[in-house]
Amino acid sequence: MDKIKLLGELARSGQVDRRGFMTGALALGVTVGAASSLWSKTARAQPKRGGNFRLALGSGSTTDSLDPATFDSTFNQVLGYGTLRNTLTEVKGDASIGPELAESWEGGDGAKTWTFTLRKDVTFHSGKTMTPEDVIASVEHHRREDSTSAAKPLVDSIASIKADGPDKVVFELSAGNADFPFYMSDYHLCILPSKDGKVDATSGDGTGAYVLKNFEPGVRASAERNPNYFKEDRAHFDSVELLAIVDPAARTNAISTGEVDMMERVDLKTVNLLARRPGIIITETVGNQHYTMPMITTQEPYTDNNVRLALKHAINREELLSKILQGYGRVGNDHPIGPATSFVAPDIEQRTYDPDRAKHFLKQAGYDTLKVQLSAADAAFAGAVEAAVLFQESARAAGIEVEVVREPNDGYWSNVWLKKPFVMCYWGGRPTADLMFTTAYAAGVPWNDAYWDNERFNRLLVEARALLDEDKRAELYREMQMIVRDEGGTIVPLFASYVDAASDRLGHDEVAGNYALDGLRVTERWWFT
Amino acid sequence: MGKILVMVAQRLALGLLTLFFVSLIIFLSVEMLPGDLAQELLGQSATPETVAAFRKQLGLDLPAHIRYLEWLGGIAQGDFGRSLANDREISGLIAGRLGNTLFLAGLAALISVPLALTLGILAALYRNTPFDRGINVFALTSVSVPEFFIAYILILFLAVQINWFPSISNIGPATDLFDRIYRSILPALTLTLVVVAHMMRMTRAAIINLMASPYIEMARLKGLSPRRVILRHALPNALAPIINVVALNLAYLVVGVVVVEVVFVYPGLGQLMVDSVSKRDITVVQACSLIFAATYVLLNLTADVLSILTNPRLLHAR
Repeated sequence: MDKIKLLGELARSGQVDRRGFMTGALALGVTVGAASSLWSKTARAQPKRGGNFRLALGSGSTTDSLDPATFDSTFNQVLGYGTLRNTLTEVKGDASIGPELAESWEGGDGAKTWTFTLRKDVTFHSGKTMTPEDVIASVEHHRREDSTSAAKPLVDSIASIKADGPDKVVFELSAGNADFPFYMSDYHLCILPSKDGKVDATSGDGTGAYVLKNFEPGVRASAERNPNYFKEDRAHFDSVELLAIVDPAARTNAISTGEVDMMERVDLKTVNLLARRPGIIITETVGNQHYTMPMITTQEPYTDNNVRLALKHAINREELLSKILQGYGRVGNDHPIGPATSFVAPDIEQRTYDPDRAKHFLKQAGYDTLKVQLSAADAAFAGAVEAAVLFQESARAAGIEVEVVREPNDGYWSNVWLKKPFVMCYWGGRPTADLMFTTAYAAGVPWNDAYWDNERFNRLLVEARALLDEDKRAELYREMQMIVRDEGGTIVPLFASYVDAASDRLGHDEVAGNYALDGLRVTERWWFT
Repeated sequence: MGKILVMVAQRLALGLLTLFFVSLIIFLSVEMLPGDLAQELLGQSATPETVAAFRKQLGLDLPAHIRYLEWLGGIAQGDFGRSLANDREISGLIAGRLGNTLFLAGLAALISVPLALTLGILAALYRNTPFDRGINVFALTSVSVPEFFIAYILILFLAVQINWFPSISNIGPATDLFDRIYRSILPALTLTLVVVAHMMRMTRAAIINLMASPYIEMARLKGLSPRRVILRHALPNALAPIINVVALNLAYLVVGVVVVEVVFVYPGLGQLMVDSVSKRDITVVQACSLIFAATYVLLNLTADVLSILTNPRLLHAR
């Protein structure tokens, strides 16, 4: 691999052109597709301005709106957050946190008080200057009593917000939180223009890289470059066009015929065929998105940790990775902390398929054989039903009889998830370990889908949140990952990569894995070469 | 003529009654689906608290019959209301989509109706020749395969391989007429292939049926050419069934094309309705279903009136 690196260096310094690079890489045993994507990765030229970027998204519905409180799919996230608006902070390509609308911030009082200093040169598309009042109103939009925002749990810990001078906003939290700057990068918490304390959430006005021109919910949206954008090294396209193409076959056709420049979510069943088409590059981003199988730990037989461990050993992760994801992902280790998260502990031993150990734990729990029902539908993730059937096969060798119950896609999240004792589920992942644990593993939170309650884990979670010492935090998070892995109520078999297809004329920097599509920022971060 | 006007008035009144029942049935069926708008919109990220707040804001916590009556009151005053999901005016939401749907249906009708009639007449004229057999086989084949399959075949050849037409119908408000036709040609062709067989077979059958009548024999014996016999003598009497089948197919072109819309990403009314059903956005579902039902009622009425005009005997009940 060192030779490839050397080749990359040569390319970057301009001593080797694309043809030379490709020939060299092929000689080193790299496939054409891989070499081509390697070229666009390593030898990325200076970003260039211009062009109309057409992006086909696999989501989008006529019920979409531009109100950040309602963002539920990549279409309104890429449009409403990544294209039109900004947040106070931004998760960068290397998973660290950086400034955006706030140029700096400072935590004090055991991470309970956070002071954000805002940039001064930022204007909204309407020409209005951004003020601390806008920031306060934008957060209040999710925090108020009758809010329907999905971000409400994020801002619940805020006790008060106030402006301090013309460019400072002070947040008082009810408990210390060292990750608070990460919270402020959440796509729901876009900064919106406000008037008399009320935000304008639906017009699409924002501080973002592009100005909204036209939006037909469930069909398309177009926007033009914001000439007054405060980031000088971003927003390279003249205009962007987002298309909602929910049908994967139609998306694939669109990119094959050059109707769009990039498509989200390649159909993994045909990804190898698509990769063969000239001019198209498959991009894989390792992210935090993961598939889970929560067992409700307050119900028999899942109250016994031995049963949970038996099931965790009875699943063949490698097989799922190759058959469900065609290799585009990583095997999970029964905790939700993904490779793109701070404080992931890579040294924890990987759990593997071991029917004998599964039998051993089953015996410990007092069972010779066990019958369980597993609810599955493709609403959980593409291939969830197949995954359940594969699990059925691998569990049989351990003496566990899994009955796969096919549930309807329609209403899956309201009628099956959180209700049936053992189900298929997915999580988009969170940029920090604390956020992920707090959202779905802390005792008593609404999305704790295994109804899991572990005293030591809960105590560590609160303790680690308020710590500002990074090393000590890393240690605590490692222990929490161990507890979730060995005592938790959730099987985490797979981390799924984001797999998209793009024209080879597109260039980009390191791709962020905190959300899909370069942290939902593809429109402002990518460019035409 | 007076009789026709009375009949039209009667049929319109019946149509209104039909629409009322349709709206009632649709409302009840959406009510019976599991989950409601609040749960579907919030999806996996729903918490009991936000769901309750959502329901309260939208009035979803009211009993079903009150919600239905409120909606009915609005409709009676010509107010479709607002979408529950994104608070847009439904009339505005639907106007553009309806325009697109009618445009596609119109384009498909412009191609398919003349084509079907011509082919049907030719098939009757050259009955039992290889020509007749050939177009019958072709038409029956195209109507027998599912429409998404036809769509993919057309995309494969016309879009992917020779790249004549775009594989998706990216139509916006700023698209000009020529571009609009160009971008809609593949879905229109797909629909043409789907509906042409039905109309063509009906034309052929209606004409052949008449060919055995004594007056046609008389015309032949007079020494008229087969073309003249069919066009001047048989066709006018065969119009009533043909008009009926054409009207049915036109209605299908408006209301039954959701699969084609999905394949070509065509922003029509069917897609809007499917989206709204899956999110339980009942006001939009109601508005769409009323439009669909009204299309059927009106097209059937038109077909009846036209049939009567071509055959005045139908006015006098025996």
